Amino acid sequence: MNRKKIDVVVIGAGPAGLAAATAAKKSGADSVLLLERNEFLGGILLQCIHDGFGLHQFDQMLAGPQYAELLVEGLMKEDVVHLLNSMVIDIDRDRTVTAVTPKGLWQLDAKAVVLAMGCRERTRGAIEIPGSRPAGIFTAGMAQRYMNLRNLRPGREVVILGSGDVGLIMARHVALEDGMRPVCVLEIKNHLGGLMRNKVQCLDDYGIPLHLSTTVTDIRGKHRLEGITTCRVDEQMKPIPGTEQEIACDTLFLSVGLIPENELSKRAGVTLSDGTRGALVDNNYETNVPGIFSAGNVLHIHDVADYASFEGYQVGANAAAYAKQPWDRERRFPVHAGDGIMYVLPHVLCEGCREAELKFRVKKPYDNVRIVIENGGERLYRKRFTKILASEMQIVKVKSGVPFHDLRVRVEDAG
Amino acid sequence: MAEQSGITCILCPNACQLVVHYDRSRKEITGLDNAQCKRGKEYAPQELFDPRRSVMTVVPIRSKFWKVTSVLTAQPVPKARIHDVYEEIKKLRLTAPVRRGDIVLGNVCNLGIDVIVTRTVLE
Repeated sequence: MNRKKIDVVVIGAGPAGLAAATAAKKSGADSVLLLERNEFLGGILLQCIHDGFGLHQFDQMLAGPQYAELLVEGLMKEDVVHLLNSMVIDIDRDRTVTAVTPKGLWQLDAKAVVLAMGCRERTRGAIEIPGSRPAGIFTAGMAQRYMNLRNLRPGREVVILGSGDVGLIMARHVALEDGMRPVCVLEIKNHLGGLMRNKVQCLDDYGIPLHLSTTVTDIRGKHRLEGITTCRVDEQMKPIPGTEQEIACDTLFLSVGLIPENELSKRAGVTLSDGTRGALVDNNYETNVPGIFSAGNVLHIHDVADYASFEGYQVGANAAAYAKQPWDRERRFPVHAGDGIMYVLPHVLCEGCREAELKFRVKKPYDNVRIVIENGGERLYRKRFTKILASEMQIVKVKSGVPFHDLRVRVEDAG
Repeated sequence: MAEQSGITCILCPNACQLVVHYDRSRKEITGLDNAQCKRGKEYAPQELFDPRRSVMTVVPIRSKFWKVTSVLTAQPVPKARIHDVYEEIKKLRLTAPVRRGDIVLGNVCNLGIDVIVTRTVLE
């Protein structure tokens, strides 16, 4: 086995990992190693051929692969070493990273580790749709991978379950592509899952129907999918008897949520948050395990890749600083997700902290509310929103004259 | 004649619900509500009088590793021409190497807009 000492090991070369590795090297880490499981850099960006990437970072409307190539160019400029086809199989609390690489089994003693493994799609199993188990049922991202990287056609008559962004984008892709037709998009919630701009340009432009408060209750077909049964749901998302409808289709795409991929984090003893299903982190994006940091979709699901990269740059720099001079664990104060807030990042703040950048989401869409951020009794931020959506992450910088000790974000009715 | 129309700005995730007051005969915007940034001011007349969208897809490529690469219209094309543009793009057959930004179809459908490669395939 090959043993090496490395300052900063970054796991995963998607938008967050590429940025983290670049920033770690730029910030003065002597050795940075970026490990990627795939045979290419860029992660999910390569199959995201639609534009809309890079607006925040490069002020351009780029396709996913273009954006990935710009990030890779930044990485190359810093001369960061990367390994493809390399799968990390274990990390322990002392930051020993074990990876299977084309050069054999490697054991890396890292001074700091950045977890940037991204996320996975929820599957049919995860949402427990009854019925038979024919071919023709794909997660939307898997279908996207088949179509955009392998030139394969997953099916012809396509129903999309879930109105998340990947589902909406795939509906448009199917509408354009020869020999394929989107039948409809179904959403179990009473509101859109993805961004409004994607509904406008992906569904409305092509006249693709969206049925809210509707789900799939049966799947038929022996070898290949032949049809599904849809059903309206009530406010508790329970199917309403008598509202069943049969739809003929040979393909079902599932866009029913993304889950941070934290199997490795758990092995390292990283504590996860119920709100995000990613690591619990402090204002340095350091987890409860000293020297192990987390960034991008493995930490919390981002709606825009640019924000995952920004997080990566920030966290990569922090990891480099830790590698140079490890800091002691100070006392940490929790940040509370108050009324109407799904989660707030960071989850805890180091003692003495007076400035913080908070990232948060509301639990559900609200009209006419105020977002309030308070430290104890002191109000630091108050803003009125005529409309605020769960699909849109909010980023707010707050400052206080006294150290944060009881920071809370909440939604308040604004009449 | 003064008219009013609600459109969703799709330039960024804010998705501002614009309320546009306009005069169709003179192609003129007389008022705009709910825009959170200045780009909404450019988007509103564009979307009302000449809606445009980018077209993206994949095309087959002869390469050692890849079956396809991805392409995109360098600027958005008129919404009504999306399908024509798509059909033209789908006739393409590429051979590596191609680089990000290479024009693989100039002036598609005589719209004065090029189709460019978005993923470099070197071999």
